[in-house]
Order: sequence, then structure tokens, then C-alpha cells
Amino acid sequence: MSNDLFRDLSNSPVAARLGIPRVPVLRRYEPGQPLLAGPALVGAVGAGRFAKAVSALVEDAGGTVLDAPGDEKIAAVVLDATGARTITDLASVQAFLTPAVRRLAPSGRLLLLGPEPDGTDAEAAAVAQALEGLVRSAGKEVRAGATANLLVVAADAVPAAVDSSVRFFLSARSAYVDGQVVRIDVPVGPAVDPAGMDAPVDRVRPLAGRVAVVTGAARGIGAAIADTLARDGASIVAVDVPAAGEALAAVANRTGGTALQLDITADDAAARLPAYLRDRHGGVDIVVHNAGITRDKLLANMDPERWNAVLAVNLAAQLRINDALLADDRVLRGAGRIVCVSSQSGIAGNRGQTNYAASKAGVIGMVRALAPRFAERGATINAVAPGFIETEMTARMPLGTREAGRRVNSLRQGGLPVDVAETVGWLGQAETGGVNGQVVRVCGQSILGA
Amino acid sequence: MPTNVRRAAVIGGNRIPFARANAAYARASNSDMLTATLDGLVARFGLAGERIGEVVAGAVLKHSRDFNLTREAVLGSRLSPATPAYDVQQACGTGLEAAILVANKIALGQIDSGIAGGVDTASDAPIAVNDDLRRLLVALNGARSLSARLKILGGLRPGQIVPEIPRNAEPRTGLSMGEHAAITAAEWSIGRAEQDELAAASHRNLAAAYDRGFFDDLVTPYLGLTRDANLRPDASADKLAKLRPVFGSGPDATMTAGNSTPLTDGAALVLLGSDEWAAEHRLPVLAHVVDAETAAVDHVHGRDGLLTAPVHAVPRLLERNGLRLQDFDFYEIHEAFASTVLATLKAWEDPAFAKERLGLDAPPGSIDRSRLNVAGSSLAAGHPFAATGGRIVATLAKLLHEKAATGGPARGLISICAAGGQGVVAILEAGR
Repeated sequence: MSNDLFRDLSNSPVAARLGIPRVPVLRRYEPGQPLLAGPALVGAVGAGRFAKAVSALVEDAGGTVLDAPGDEKIAAVVLDATGARTITDLASVQAFLTPAVRRLAPSGRLLLLGPEPDGTDAEAAAVAQALEGLVRSAGKEVRAGATANLLVVAADAVPAAVDSSVRFFLSARSAYVDGQVVRIDVPVGPAVDPAGMDAPVDRVRPLAGRVAVVTGAARGIGAAIADTLARDGASIVAVDVPAAGEALAAVANRTGGTALQLDITADDAAARLPAYLRDRHGGVDIVVHNAGITRDKLLANMDPERWNAVLAVNLAAQLRINDALLADDRVLRGAGRIVCVSSQSGIAGNRGQTNYAASKAGVIGMVRALAPRFAERGATINAVAPGFIETEMTARMPLGTREAGRRVNSLRQGGLPVDVAETVGWLGQAETGGVNGQVVRVCGQSILGA
Repeated sequence: MPTNVRRAAVIGGNRIPFARANAAYARASNSDMLTATLDGLVARFGLAGERIGEVVAGAVLKHSRDFNLTREAVLGSRLSPATPAYDVQQACGTGLEAAILVANKIALGQIDSGIAGGVDTASDAPIAVNDDLRRLLVALNGARSLSARLKILGGLRPGQIVPEIPRNAEPRTGLSMGEHAAITAAEWSIGRAEQDELAAASHRNLAAAYDRGFFDDLVTPYLGLTRDANLRPDASADKLAKLRPVFGSGPDATMTAGNSTPLTDGAALVLLGSDEWAAEHRLPVLAHVVDAETAAVDHVHGRDGLLTAPVHAVPRLLERNGLRLQDFDFYEIHEAFASTVLATLKAWEDPAFAKERLGLDAPPGSIDRSRLNVAGSSLAAGHPFAATGGRIVATLAKLLHEKAATGGPARGLISICAAGGQGVVAILEAGR
């Protein structure tokens, strides 16, 4: 029994007879699970450069690739539309997708790869943009926990650059990521040796050997991030305020990591954290800025204490720690990955949350501004923006507000902390160097701020 | 067989906030508190699944079921179950003595790492049946027939039902620890005002240390408590002066609940290791254990006060190490009672005492009081008997490490008095 009673009831025979829409139970990742629960249909429109690589990726993961829909359900539909430049090409996209989506399995995946808009060719630019409208609408149409997402791939990115992202969006790890457009560039950092790419990557533990620091790790989404990154092989440094030390120690111990009791808003925190990471762990590979607080009040009643407390934890501390990471080249190791937790409130705004929304929108501004600076260091910085996530905090919301929050998205349910954590894990992989300065929403394609 | 003696490193520590008895930890057992403290230490130093050389700890107030308290705590913790453990008990000296034992094994190369400390609860104290009833029950258990059992039960008397409650009293004198301390205070003419001032300084220093984040990596919250419950940041000598004396009698009674430690629940542990073990685990070396000494006095028939053994232990330790009492950057003198600390300092300043009792030509002399208990001590933090040593070792090691980071080598002295007329003292150094 989940804590979403309506979802459970909607899946009962009685509900079906009453015509109550079913809230799907999403397929979520478990170690050892196959990439897809069924065959994948992979196609290309125009001169697609990625279809072959995607097919190889699916087959490498033990999956079956179809080139035309048959009678069986399809677990994933992948269309390489990076070669689409004309209205005619767009018609081919529709022709490919229409029979395919009819056969899409529960928790199926519709994944498009599109070109970046070409500034010199209006029709090509229009077609590139058209794919966004198509995917976002398809996300609202597909049923039973299926999702639709678009990867916009830079013209000079090699096929390997999209692999970790394709794998994430096809897998059950992206259960609650829906209706998103993610741009994939040429990966940051030194060019990867093609021979090295042939080396077997540990697919079960893609973060093996990496040190990940997670702030706000004592509970909720932060604890889920620590658990998930540890499951994927990372060594965890769990950070939270000293007062949360008891829960923090439990997280550190169950992940086999270490606990660091630190108030990230303290004057010396931005010096102490990097020094600790250098001394105790020889540096850090993944920094997850998750710590956040709310001090809700209508703007008309807002006081400086509430405003400043939220901005200090949610934004200023992240800025100072990022500055420290950029200033000291002995801390962030090769293929460094910074992941900042923003929020749907930072995109859509939320009544009573001018301070919180300002801080979370600020995170997005920070990520975009720092992306080129981290890229110079071979590192990336991205944001994840959770929508309605089932946590202790949302469990305390009034029933009406909570129910409304849960249902206003394409998957008709709230996400779980692990959904945010899986997204962080994908952005934390060394292979995901092509994603930088992006904001990925984990919101089930919420209508808020879309 | 190792041939070279090496110095054991103090790597760090962990304790839970100390609670007043019958309050925040009223439902927690020694086993619960020790296990939680161990798990906090494991989390701080990333030791989950690690096999440690040994864990040594103890409790003063101990249930008979806790005969293997420390080993059971290890089994309940995240440490590798292949980590051996044993219990020690030396009254209030337990925690420091445990650290000395572990440090010595590390020094000899018998182990590379160890955890030492202690736990005590005055809330979950063991209550036993009285001796008469206990003998009767043992006999009953051994009786072979119904008639024999009935005969034994027939001997049951109401007075035998009264339980044995552990008392904070010396078995050979019948006096409580506070009453003993009051005798020493009177003997050394320790005034009320200076006791209250020492108590106020303890609260002030402990509060300031918390405020500057000093305890962020020494304490892990437990059962909702994030700071020591006994701490009164606003304590002042003036406020303390208003309290009524509870030990001693007549106009000379100076000892109050404010300048004496309360009954307290808590646990504290320190992580020790060789320098190599610390480096292999990328762990810091805060300080090294240099030497230690334990003294005992005859408080029953002799002229010494119950809690004055450190007065004798420290000069012996200084002499062996070629040091003067003034050669220390920090002094950690356990505040069982403010008067105990003050009597100890006064005894070291007294030429006649030095000559007659310590056998010294000149007294050890005075100390710079600004170096005494600079991060607070037992009057403010509280004093769960066996936990105090672990608290002090970790606190002093961190103080020395901070000082050595900015001001070159640093040295500290620990002095802990204990029931039974014993005293455990030790020297730590950093940056040498």
C-alpha cells in the first residue's frame, strides 16, 4: 500500500466499473532489472546519426529492437529525428509515431532525438522547435505511466555523447521525468579516447569509484539521493546541520559513507567543506546541493528573517560553495558533476513562497551562469526541479491541497524522492558530460509552469 | 613481536549530548546510549563494516545483564562484528583509563586502531534485591522438593522486600561523594564565591564552544537532544550565589547544586590509532597520547581527601616526563565539584604540602587559569561517570589540534578524580 490512497483505489475493479480514471503504478528501477520490459522500436527520419547507436545500446542491454511495430506491446519508441529539416520530414515523424504509440506498453517510453535549431534555415529551425510541441503533447496523451521526452542533440556531438541520457530516459530510473527537453552538447572535458569507450562500463554501479557529497542528506529527498547514489556505487559524504546529526548518521552508516555535521550557511562552511573533501576523501566527483528550507509567508506579511533564512540556505550557500570549488583545483576531480536541487516553485511560482521561489529560480540562474566556467574545468553543473514529491513535508499538507498537487500532471500522481535521486544519479555520471547548464524537471509533466 | 614503541594518535571522538537524569534519556539504557554513540562515531569516520582493533568501554552503574556491555554494543553497531571488545570500570576514571589501555596496545603495536570510552545512566540504574532476599532466592532455586521450597519461603520477611538502590556513597565511609568533597573544601578553605565563579566559567565556556561550532564534529544529537541539557548559557556567579548549600553543614557549607555536578546520563567515545592507520584511512591525527599515570590515596584512614588522588598523580607524571606544571597550553581538570578543582590547584601551590606529602622541594606551583577547561567541563556538560573521560580526551585533542594548526606544538594535561580515592591523569600533545 502506497501513501497515495486514491491511486490504490483507482486500480481496484470497483473503480474501473465506476469509470474512475486509473492512476498508473509506475515502473521503477531495481538493481538487476532489464533496461526495458519489452522490445524497442527504433527508427530515423532523414540522415539520423544516432538510430544505430541507440539500437546497439538496447541490444547491448539485452533488449530486442524492432524496425516496425508488430502486434506486441512496445516498451520504448525511439525516433532519431536529428536529420529532420523540412515539413515533409515532420510528416514522416508523424507517420512513424502514430502506429507506434498505439502499441506503447504501460510505463512505456517515447523518446525523440532532435536537431538543434539551425539559425540559417528558417524551416529547419521551425521543424526543430516543432518537435518540442509534438513531444509535450504526446506526453499528455500517452497512458499508463508512459512518458515522452526530447533530447536536442548538438550537430557536432558524437553518438556516444547521448548514450547515458538515452539509457536514463529509456530506463525505469526516469519514471517521473516526463515532457522534458534536454539539450546534449559535445561533452565537456578532454576528448574521450575511443578505445577507452570500448572498456566495459559497470552498468550496475555506474558511479563506482566516485565520491559524492549530498547536502541536506538526513531525510527526505536528500536521504534518497544518498541511498540511490550509494546503490549506484558512489562513496557518500552525507552533510546536514548538526541538529540533524542522529538521522544523518543513520544515512551515512546505511550507505557505508561518512557523516559531516555542517551548517552550510556558517561563515567558514565554504572553506571547511572543500578542505574536508580534500583531506578525508582526496577530493570529490559529485556535489549535490540539496539542502533547502521553506519559511512560507505571503509577500505582504514577509519579514526579513524568513526571507534571509531561505535565501541563505537555498541559494547563497550554493553560490559560495561553488565559488570555492572553482577557486581550488585540488577539490573537484576530473569529470566533476554539480547537481543543484531547484523546484517547480522556482519555475511556476507558488502562493506564499516568494522567498522560496526566488531562491529556487536563483538556482536556475546560477546554474546557467556557472555552466561555462565549470565546463572549462571539464565539469558540469545542472539543476533538477522536483514537482510534487511525496515526502514528510507534503504528507503534512491539507488533504485538498495535497490531492490537487498530486493530480495536476500527466502521470496523475506525485513523484517519489527516489525519482529525483535517479535524475541526480544520471546527471552525476561521468558519461553525462554533454548535459551542462540544464534544468531537468522531475514533475510527471506538471501543468504548473509548463 | 614489535620492538619499537610508537605513540597512539587521537583521531577524533563522538558523544551524545549529556542529559539530566530522569529526563531526555530516561528510557534509554547504557546499551542503547553506547550503541548510538558508537554508530555516530562510525558515521563520522566512515567505519561502517570496518574491523577495529578493539573497543574498550565501561559503565559505573551497570545492570548484571550488561556483563558484556561493550561487546554487545559493537554487535548492535555498524562496526564489523569481528571487532573484539571488553568492559572496564574504574569509577569516574573509566573513560580515561579505557583510552590509556587502548593507547598502550597501539603503542606496543598489538593493535592499529581502537575505540575507548564509557557510558552511564543514572535514570536506568540497576536496582537489586537486598542481600537477605537474594540469599533466600538462591536457596529456593537450589531446593529439590516442594517441602524444602515451602520451608524456605516461610522464612520470607517484609524487610527483605526492600530493594538495594545504588547510592552515590563510598562503601567504606558511608559518606556521599559530595560530603567527602565538602571535607576537602573545608580543609583547603575553598570559598563559595570562587566555586560559583568556576561553575559560571564552565557554563560560559561550554556555551561559547557550542556557538562557535566546536562540537559539530564531537557530538551527535540523540533522542531529540542537540546540546547538553545541563548547560545554562546565562549562568553567572551572581545567580549561582543564590543557591542553597547541599553538602557540608553550618556557615562553612559552600557546595550547592550549581557548583556540583548533577546526576547525568550520556556516553562518549574516542577513536585512537597508529599514525599509519590514520593515514591509510585518510583520517586526521588530532593529538598523540604521551603518557599517563594513575594514583590512589587512602581516604578511609589516611589524611587524603576522596577526590584528591590527582594531586599526587600529576607530579609523578610530570617528573617522569621532565615537565613542569606550567608547560601546558590547556588543562582539563574534571569538575566533579568546583571545590575539587580549586582544592587540587591549591594543593599544588602549597609549599608545605609539596614537601610533606608530595616529597618535593618546591610545589608544582600555579597554572594560568585562562587555560583551564576552556571548552567547558563537567559542571556545565554534566557528568555521566564513565563517559567523562571520553568527553575530555576528544575535547582536549581537538583544542590541541586547533592550537597546533596556528601556533606550533601544543600540550595538554588531563586530570580526573574518581571514587575509591583514585585519580587518572594523562598528557596529550599535538604538532610534535
